[in-house]
Amino acid sequence: MDWDWDSAAASLPLLLEGLLVTVELTLLGSVLAYALGIVFALLRRARIPVLSPVTAGVVEFIRSTPLLIQIFVLYYLIEPAIGLKLSGFVTGVIALGVHYACYTADVYRAGIEAVPAGQWEAAVALNLPRRRVWTGVVLPQAIPRVVPALGNYTISMFKEVPLLLAIGVLDVLNRAKQVGAETFRVIEPYTLAGLLFLVVSLPASILVRKVERRVGQL
Amino acid sequence: MSDSSEMIRFDQVVKRFGELVVLDELNFRVGRGEFVSLIGPSGSGKTTILRLLMTLERVDGGTIHVGGECLSHRVKEGRLVPADERHLRSARKRIGMVFQHFNLFPNMNVRQNIVEAPLRVLGLSKEEADARAAQLLQLVGLADKMDAHPARLSGGQQQRVAIARALAMRPQVLLLDEVTSALDPELVAEVLAVLKEIAAGTDITILCVTHEMEFARHVSDRVLMFDHGRILEDAPPDELFTAPTQERTRTFLKAVLERG
Repeated sequence: MDWDWDSAAASLPLLLEGLLVTVELTLLGSVLAYALGIVFALLRRARIPVLSPVTAGVVEFIRSTPLLIQIFVLYYLIEPAIGLKLSGFVTGVIALGVHYACYTADVYRAGIEAVPAGQWEAAVALNLPRRRVWTGVVLPQAIPRVVPALGNYTISMFKEVPLLLAIGVLDVLNRAKQVGAETFRVIEPYTLAGLLFLVVSLPASILVRKVERRVGQL
Repeated sequence: MSDSSEMIRFDQVVKRFGELVVLDELNFRVGRGEFVSLIGPSGSGKTTILRLLMTLERVDGGTIHVGGECLSHRVKEGRLVPADERHLRSARKRIGMVFQHFNLFPNMNVRQNIVEAPLRVLGLSKEEADARAAQLLQLVGLADKMDAHPARLSGGQQQRVAIARALAMRPQVLLLDEVTSALDPELVAEVLAVLKEIAAGTDITILCVTHEMEFARHVSDRVLMFDHGRILEDAPPDELFTAPTQERTRTFLKAVLERG
């Protein structure tokens, strides 16, 4: 099969539209994953009867099952069961966010454990309230160190967005599929879709590595 | 029960770490405003005493009183029960601690380190807390380091900030845990000079775990010699350093002085 520059160019506008959706999903999913991850990490650590073990169980369950199945279950089972009619986009944000929160929770846990015991002891000696120990002493030290790891999960999430094709989200890959169905040319749109992923994730990886070096100097 | 001149009282205090008995039915008292140095070989339980007082560890037996109030236990329906977090928070108000490794908060500058607890715990206004910080930095000789970052300070300077931070809470009892042990030799003197000034200028009760015998001799009202979780000797410094009654004290002092 030979490469046709004209159909490649023709498919580009739709693909870029799809890329925008993919980036939006990744950014919103990341915000959810970062926020929820810290909640999971703190809940597991707090050793609250029932709540902490349940959180631990849910986190382990989500980490041990494929994201694609979770997307299906959320969209076709959970949402109808509780009477919610969410779009594929919103479902995608929730699925990606919750799934990756189970990984970022572990990242936060490691970051929190890396804060030296002496910091906790100094906080106790100053009689700081529990909440302030977290917000003023522990998290401000733990979070900067885990920013690179969080960034890597965002890149990873970006590359998993095409799974949302399964519930009809018009991301880059779905747009490529659409173009292919309309023009009967598949090489150009799929190749371009792949290149578009590269164009975003490569600079993002370089950025994460730069941040990593800076954090290493903290 | 206790007279008003008594600040700290240990009654039959036991502390174990697993099988290891660190403190074995320890009894001692410290008077209000006294400067008491705790000396002895490492592992003899000196630091554990400070950590129990700071409520960083819990007693396994016996009771600890500070300022007439029970630290380790509270009274519930006429019986002593182990203290809960609320009781500990109230008991800790009287006590401050300076650590061997400073433990300044690296995410805050010098001023923020000092005003943090006065703002959040004592409820001081920003102006009051800043004024207190400025005054204490003056006292420890670091008035020009208000906005410096801890990482940019020498060990001796960091430790002086840590002293100011502890004093900002106006504690009645100050615990000094080997505060010069992590310092380069040439930085020890500046920290000891500050402590001497504080010891002379305030009525704070100070418990000081140290290997600086010259310093202990100079500032202490009393020196307690520890070995294996027991007090071997309890005497004014001139007595203990010149005429120890115990053979163990003699060999310990000899070893320390020869090293120095």
